[in-house]
Amino acid sequence: MKKRGFADLFFFFLLLYLFLPILATMLYAFATNWNKTVLPEGLTFKWISTLFQDSSFIEAFGRSVLLSGGAVLLALLFIVPAIFVIVLYFPKYEKWIQAAVVMVYAFPGVILAVGLIRAYAHIGVPMILAVLGAYVISILPYIYQGTRNSLRSVNARQLLDAAELLGASKAQAFTKILLPAVYPGLFAGALLSFSVLFGEFVLINLVVGSRFETVQIYLMKKLSTSGHIASSVVFVYLVLMGILTFIISMLTKRSKGAAKV
Amino acid sequence: MTSKKQLFVWILPFLVLVLLFFIVPLLYMVISSFSSGDGFTFGHYHEVLTSRYILQGFKNSITLSAVSAIIALIVTLFAVYAIMRFSEPVRERILMISNLTSNFSGIPLAFAFIVLLGNSGLFTLLFEKWGIDSLASFSLYSWSGLLLVYIYFQLPLSLMLLYPIYYGIQQQWKDAAALLGASTFQFWRKIGVPIMLPGIVGTFSVLFANAMGAYASAYALTGSNYNLVAIRIGALISGDIFAQPELASAVAVLLGVTMVIAMLLSEWSIKKTRRNL
Repeated sequence: MKKRGFADLFFFFLLLYLFLPILATMLYAFATNWNKTVLPEGLTFKWISTLFQDSSFIEAFGRSVLLSGGAVLLALLFIVPAIFVIVLYFPKYEKWIQAAVVMVYAFPGVILAVGLIRAYAHIGVPMILAVLGAYVISILPYIYQGTRNSLRSVNARQLLDAAELLGASKAQAFTKILLPAVYPGLFAGALLSFSVLFGEFVLINLVVGSRFETVQIYLMKKLSTSGHIASSVVFVYLVLMGILTFIISMLTKRSKGAAKV
Repeated sequence: MTSKKQLFVWILPFLVLVLLFFIVPLLYMVISSFSSGDGFTFGHYHEVLTSRYILQGFKNSITLSAVSAIIALIVTLFAVYAIMRFSEPVRERILMISNLTSNFSGIPLAFAFIVLLGNSGLFTLLFEKWGIDSLASFSLYSWSGLLLVYIYFQLPLSLMLLYPIYYGIQQQWKDAAALLGASTFQFWRKIGVPIMLPGIVGTFSVLFANAMGAYASAYALTGSNYNLVAIRIGALISGDIFAQPELASAVAVLLGVTMVIAMLLSEWSIKKTRRNL
């Protein structure tokens, strides 16, 4: 019994450690002045409204959405069909996708940035395209996981065979039967990928730099100039991540529920 | 046969993407690490391995990554044990919250720690007020400061990886051990921990690799001042005047080799855990 208390202490510490920085940053976004006192001197909406009146923030936000959303869209268009085909028709090659997933984990942004610069910086390719392409590859683990789990939970192969047996063409079986069944898992994977890319800093900063100012680069600039604006950016970022995480967990729950039926 | 060829068309764009944005860049990086102005050389590797500064960067990164991984592992090992007592819906809610914090990394995370422990941070002021000078003079922009930040982003990942491993320990085993007269402590020492050990090793190597490749938080806190491998690579590749892309490539290749070894170790131990559970 005593050991439980010991473990509970660690759990409590974990929660405290994970939440304290978030709460403090959120509070800072609404603090009038917080340099000399332990708690803020007063509360205000000034910083948030200043942030939303700053057109360079709005533009940076737009760029982040465009870049991350574009990469996720490309992954859905080109990577998901490939995973479908390999898992359903060439299962013996699936281990190659798994190997690719591990390799993507093994080469983080800072390494990939060196490669992208060495390969494409001197041949006239717009570097933002190189980053976009690298983003598509870097979310492979989440896209693969999302696709694979939902294919497994709906027994995709049997589902397709049954549809074809009943007279549906391959394309019909795919779009009318399989896609709606795996949609929640796929969508959850896409949102997770989006939220990961939205927080990406290394590749965009090293390869493109401030020529394409995303939210993360905007935040980095504000870090040294205005703490209040920086914390407002983090506040907005956290709210967005919170919404995305909530939707993802709802979708995952739903696709799990569907699998049980 | 034609149908298989038709199917291949769907795989082709994926292969092209992997080739263009993963394999080609990495190949160019390897080639560049061996090239001098006009030919082949081992010079950059020689420079890396004899440069005190770069080796120091590797040492700092390795200790920071290993220590942050071990602390996160220990905390989450106990925390997951405490979590397992809750009902399944509550556990899932806890995991969801932990997933939310896993997005809190990089620049935003660095900023949050500045709010707490920076020069006029909440705790810094609190410690000053209480007159605890040893804590008030704590610098966030040092090794121990970075350690706190690294532990933060290791915790949710560690929790996510350890949870399924705990989940695999079955109640029947505990009951059987208890029937045969084992205490809880004996169960964990003789059965539970040995079964989980490969999984714990695998989790450690994922965490280690995760920290070795991290760049943004350290960059946001210390600019290029604190000597970590990832920071060195960034400075060598992007420095306006002192850019040394070939040297950067050599350091990146060596970091890549470290990462691949860590990932292979984790793959191996995850396979081993699956066999056990």
